[in-house]
Amino acid sequence: MSVAEFAETELPPDVVVGDVPRKRSHTRRWAFLGMVPFAAFITIFLLIPTGEIIVGAFRTVNGAFTLSNIRDIFQAPYPAAFEFSVELSALSALIGGIFGFLLANAILHHGVPRWIRPAYISFSGMAANFAGVPLAFAYGATLGSLGVVTVLLKHLGLNLYPTFSLQGLCGAALVYAYFQFPLMILLMVPVIEGLRTEWRESASNLGASAFTFWRHIGLPIITPSLLGLMVLLFGNALSAYATAEALGISNLVTIDIAELVDGNMALDPQDAYALALGMIVIIFVTITIYSLLQRRTSRWLR
Amino acid sequence: MAQVTVSVDRPGSHRLRRARSRVPVWHLLWVVLGALFFLVPIYSVVQFSLQGILPHQNEFHWYLTVFDDPNFRSAFWLSLQISLETVAASLVLMVPTVFWVHLRLPGLRPVMDLVSVLPFVVPPIVLIVGLAPFIKSLSIWLFVRPEVLSLIYVVFALPFMYRALDAGLRAIDLRTLTEAAESLGASLPRTLFRVIIPNLRAAIIGGSLLAVAISMGEFTVASLMGFGTFAVYTFNIGMSTAYEGVALTFISFLLVWGIMLGLYLLGRGGASAAGVAITDEKK
Repeated sequence: MSVAEFAETELPPDVVVGDVPRKRSHTRRWAFLGMVPFAAFITIFLLIPTGEIIVGAFRTVNGAFTLSNIRDIFQAPYPAAFEFSVELSALSALIGGIFGFLLANAILHHGVPRWIRPAYISFSGMAANFAGVPLAFAYGATLGSLGVVTVLLKHLGLNLYPTFSLQGLCGAALVYAYFQFPLMILLMVPVIEGLRTEWRESASNLGASAFTFWRHIGLPIITPSLLGLMVLLFGNALSAYATAEALGISNLVTIDIAELVDGNMALDPQDAYALALGMIVIIFVTITIYSLLQRRTSRWLR
Repeated sequence: MAQVTVSVDRPGSHRLRRARSRVPVWHLLWVVLGALFFLVPIYSVVQFSLQGILPHQNEFHWYLTVFDDPNFRSAFWLSLQISLETVAASLVLMVPTVFWVHLRLPGLRPVMDLVSVLPFVVPPIVLIVGLAPFIKSLSIWLFVRPEVLSLIYVVFALPFMYRALDAGLRAIDLRTLTEAAESLGASLPRTLFRVIIPNLRAAIIGGSLLAVAISMGEFTVASLMGFGTFAVYTFNIGMSTAYEGVALTFISFLLVWGIMLGLYLLGRGGASAAGVAITDEKK
C-alpha cells in the first residue's frame, strides 16, 4: 500500500501500471534467448531424426508416399525378429527384476553384514554400465564353447553344449541379466527403503512373520513399482544392440536395423525407417505403462 | 527374559539381536549367489586371457600383442580424443543452459527433466537411422569426420550431464551467489566462470567422467558410421582372435572401474566440496 502511494507521488500512475509488466515480459523474452543453443541442439540431434524416421517409414526411396515399408515389417524375417526381441527383453527383465528385487531386499536386511550394502551398490553402478562388446566377450570367455566355466563343467562331467548356446534365448537372457540385475538393484533399493519401518514394526507387533508382512503389506505396496521397474528393464534390453551383435545373435530387431543401415543392398533401406518406427512404438507403449504404474506407486511410497 | 536385558540407550538392540540369531539364511544365500554371478565372468575373463599361449611365450602374451599393435594405439587415441571433445562440447552446451534455467527460467525445469531423459528412451540404433542421413544431407564434411561422433555422444551423455549439473546447482544457493557477485559489479559471464563453475566442480567432474565412460565404450554409432574407435577395434579383434578380444575386454573392465572409482571418490569428496558452496540453506 505504501509502496503504491510512494510510486504515485514519484511517478505518473500510467507509467507505473503500464511499464512494470511490459518490462517483465521483455526480460522474459530475452531469457528465452538463452535457451536457443540447447533448443537448436535438441532439434537437430533428437527431434528432426525422430521426425525423419516417422516420415521415412511412409516413403519410398524417391520420396513418394507408400505403405509398403510398413507392410514389409510384417513379413519374414521381421516378425520373428520382433518376437525374439520381445521374448529376450521380457525374459531378461523378468530374471533381472526378480533377482534384483530379492537381492536389494537381502542387502537391506539388518541381519546381513553392513559392509555388503555399499559394496553391492557400488559394484551395481559399475555393472549396470557395462553393456556392450566387452560384456559379450566376457560371457564368451565364461560360457562360450571354450569358456572357463564350460570347460570346468565338462571336467565335472556336465556337457553344456550343444543344448546350451549364448545366442539362444536363455543364454542371451543370462548375458543381458548382467546389466539388468544390477540396474534393478540400484532402482529397487530406494523403493524398499521407502517401505516405512513403522509398517514393519506394526505388523510384527501384531504377530506377523516376515512372510506374512510381505504377503499382506510389503508386496501389495511394492508390486506396482516392481512391475514398473521391470517394464523399464524391458525397454532397456529392447534397445541393446552392441551386446547382441558381439554375441552373434542374428534374429533381433536392432541387428536387422543395423544390417539395413550398414548398406545391405539386397534389402530395402527404407525398411530401416519402418523397423525403427516399430521400435519407437513399442518403447512408447513401454514408457506409458511405466509412468502409469509409477503414478500408482507414488500413492503409497515417499 | 530378553526384554529385561534391553538397555535403555539402545532401544533397537533387542530386535536386532533376535533377528541376527534367526540368521537370514535366504538373504545370505542371495548375497553369495549374486556375488558369484557378478564375479565368475570377471574371473573367467582374466583366466581366459592368460590361455592359448605357447610354452615359450610370456604369460601376458595377449596383452603384449595388443599393446604392440599400432591399430590399438590409434583406436584408443581416437576414442580418447572423441571422449574429450564430447566432454568439452557437452559442458559448453549444458553448463550455461542449466545455469540459465535455474537462474532465470525455473519454470522450464520440468521440461528440461523430460527432454534430458529422451536420449535414454530413444535407443542409439533407432536414433542413428534418422540422424545419419540428416547429418549427411547437412554436411558431408562433418559426416566423415570423427567430430561428428562427439556431437552425437553429447546426446547420449545428456541425461547424465544434466542430472549431475542439476543436482549440483540445487545444492548451492544460486540466487544469493549471483546477487552477491552482481552487487560486487561482476557481469553475468564473469559470475558464471568465477563463482558458479568453481562451486560446481564436483558436479562437472562427475558428469564429465560419465561422458567419458559413455564415449569410450560406445559401439553402435561408431561402427555404423564407420569409425575405428576403441569399442569397434575390440569387436574386430575379438571376431578374429578370441584371446586378444578377451584381453581387450579386461582392459575395458579396468577402464570402467577406473572411471567408476573416480566417481566414487568424487562422491565422497564431493559432499564436503558442495558443503563449502552452501552459503545459506534457509530456503
